[in-house]
Amino acid sequence: MSDARKDILERIRAGLGRGPLAEGAISGLEKNLAAPTRHLIPERGRGEGRALVDRFRAEAERANATIARIAAREDAPAGVAAYLKEHGLPTAIRAAPALENVSWTEQNGLTAGFGQAGADDAVGVTQAFAGVAETGTLVTLSGPQTPSSLNFLPDTHIVLLDSARIFAAYEDVWTRLRTELGSGEMPRAVTWIAGPSRSADIELKLLLGVHGPRRLHILLIDGQGG
Amino acid sequence: MKVSSPRFKDNAREALADAALRESLRSFTRSFPLKRQEAIARLPEFDQLRDIGRAIKDHSLEHLDFYLERFEAQVTARGGQVHWCRDAAEARETILRLCREAGAKTVTKSKSMVGEEIDLNDHLETHGIQPIETDLGEYIIQVREESPSHILAPAIHLSSGQIADTFRDKHPELPAQRSLDDPQTVLEEARAVLRNKFLNADVGLTGANFLIAETGSVVVVTNEGNADLVMTLPKTHIVLAGLEKVVPTLEDGTTILRLLARSSTGQDTATYTTFCTGLGAEDDPDGPDALHIVLLDNGRSEMLAGAFREMLRCIRCGACLNHCPVYAQIGGHAYGWVYSGPMGKVLTPGLLGLDHAADLPNASSFCGKCEEVCPMRIPLPKMMRSWRERQFEEKRTPARARAGLRLWASLARRPALYRWVMGLTFGVLGRMGRRRGRFRRMPFAGGWTAVRDFPAPEGKTFLAQWAERKASER
Ligand code: SF4
Repeated sequence: MSDARKDILERIRAGLGRGPLAEGAISGLEKNLAAPTRHLIPERGRGEGRALVDRFRAEAERANATIARIAAREDAPAGVAAYLKEHGLPTAIRAAPALENVSWTEQNGLTAGFGQAGADDAVGVTQAFAGVAETGTLVTLSGPQTPSSLNFLPDTHIVLLDSARIFAAYEDVWTRLRTELGSGEMPRAVTWIAGPSRSADIELKLLLGVHGPRRLHILLIDGQGG
Repeated sequence: MKVSSPRFKDNAREALADAALRESLRSFTRSFPLKRQEAIARLPEFDQLRDIGRAIKDHSLEHLDFYLERFEAQVTARGGQVHWCRDAAEARETILRLCREAGAKTVTKSKSMVGEEIDLNDHLETHGIQPIETDLGEYIIQVREESPSHILAPAIHLSSGQIADTFRDKHPELPAQRSLDDPQTVLEEARAVLRNKFLNADVGLTGANFLIAETGSVVVVTNEGNADLVMTLPKTHIVLAGLEKVVPTLEDGTTILRLLARSSTGQDTATYTTFCTGLGAEDDPDGPDALHIVLLDNGRSEMLAGAFREMLRCIRCGACLNHCPVYAQIGGHAYGWVYSGPMGKVLTPGLLGLDHAADLPNASSFCGKCEEVCPMRIPLPKMMRSWRERQFEEKRTPARARAGLRLWASLARRPALYRWVMGLTFGVLGRMGRRRGRFRRMPFAGGWTAVRDFPAPEGKTFLAQWAERKASER
């Protein structure tokens, strides 16, 4: 197979009408890889403060997500319980280990297990790394604290998002990720999520809940909002 | 060579199916452009972003060797492996070998045009491995033994009733009396059947919308979430990607992602966009133990050289199909290969060689709509004209083929007439089939006919012939 590699690279260079790149050219490309250029950020991906929270909310709802505000992380169990009750959904949840330090069962009638989702888990509760106001998109990271199976296997997908982590544009999230994880570091999966799973494959009718969750509910931790 | 069993039930529904097809093509070509327009109205910078997107892709192609090597280095550093494949045969063999090494009996797949391009499913099946398409539309056409009619909506040519009939036929384990009366119940059945397959597959295979050189990430975009299940649950994840998919950085990919969903389905963003990077940390409970990225050339490097390099900017959004008046009339199958519509007309001869340009419907209104909407500003009409000129220069369009294709195009819209001339047409098919191999991708597929995937007399598959020809050229 390494023959194939060599052949293909040669063909590419032949196609481009040149040999391997010169040192000078490479160092320019390296520089951009080390500190990527931001391109034009559209207007809807700019702004700050409350405007971002409002935009995130409106855009997420456009994408068929629902949102409820809670004042603090500790209110998540009540928020989850209220949502499940309102929709007549099962009260056994599978939650991300990142949320283990919240008291889940005491007064809300929930049964909580923690860890990755299995085939029988009907409700997955996890926490987003960030939100993107531009399109009302959640950004989730895979890993032991927030297993990615929670995003895809359960019928009901509930995600906690701290309003302080709502960014204007996707690029802001890349910047934050590089700061937090170190440049060039990526978890196995970074997933942007806008609403629940959907398809228009049958007669172009929009149907929700194809393979992934049927519903996405966002609990926005937002001390100051109304 | 495979002959699928005739489907007489469909035959009876033919007139209906034809009406349904035409209706769905009609609503398709009405609704998608409208949605796209609405999405663009909400992003006033769209045209500026197109210019930037074009520049990013041009830059990536200009330095393709560098970025591919960097991509490979990053994948390797994170525990994955890159497999370079010169052509379809090599990619098929590589994937088969990887599946065998994983001890795979079943492979779940998310939609991959490149998978169709290399005819992967047939190859796996022949060797005892069952590929399972998981994109709803792809699954439907897979169980019907058809091929996609549109890159975004592969089952666009079928009505919900036809799909229900197919499911009754193909899911005999389910109660016969169950209701499959509307799209929702049909969806529920597919969800339930496929859920088990997701959980039990040995290998998951996805395509890639982008490859990111900076991080070695593979970007996969879906609305269903099927690709995420495919790459999260099985122990082995194989990615099959054309080598033109690489862009330098996350920022570059992000800019083009702003164009993709808006151009294709008119969404601001797809539901799920996953940047999948190497194997997870030891303590990541989800995800595979092995990650293989199969990089396919298959004619792409040669396209870099000439007039068709710009076609390699294509992000397979489907906007050019959605806006094409010819496509609206004849549907995707008429184009005869995986890539249809204006992009197919340019890409197919680019990848397969000029001989195969003659197999495409030579109809084009040259209205320019495709170029107008193409987010990557690919000059499609100019390129179509170039192929046509080349064909003419090299006299590669035998009158017979031209006449045959005209016949197809017109029959595609008159199923009753098609049935009547069927006997007569077999002769034409036989002659033309010697070059093409099989006809399941012709407009006779879908609800139009009782015959699926019938072999051309004396034919080897055209890919086999093509591989032979390639080999003899070396
Ligand atoms: S040619 Fe342009 S419009 Fe057509 S699929 Fe490719 S990128 Fe989209």
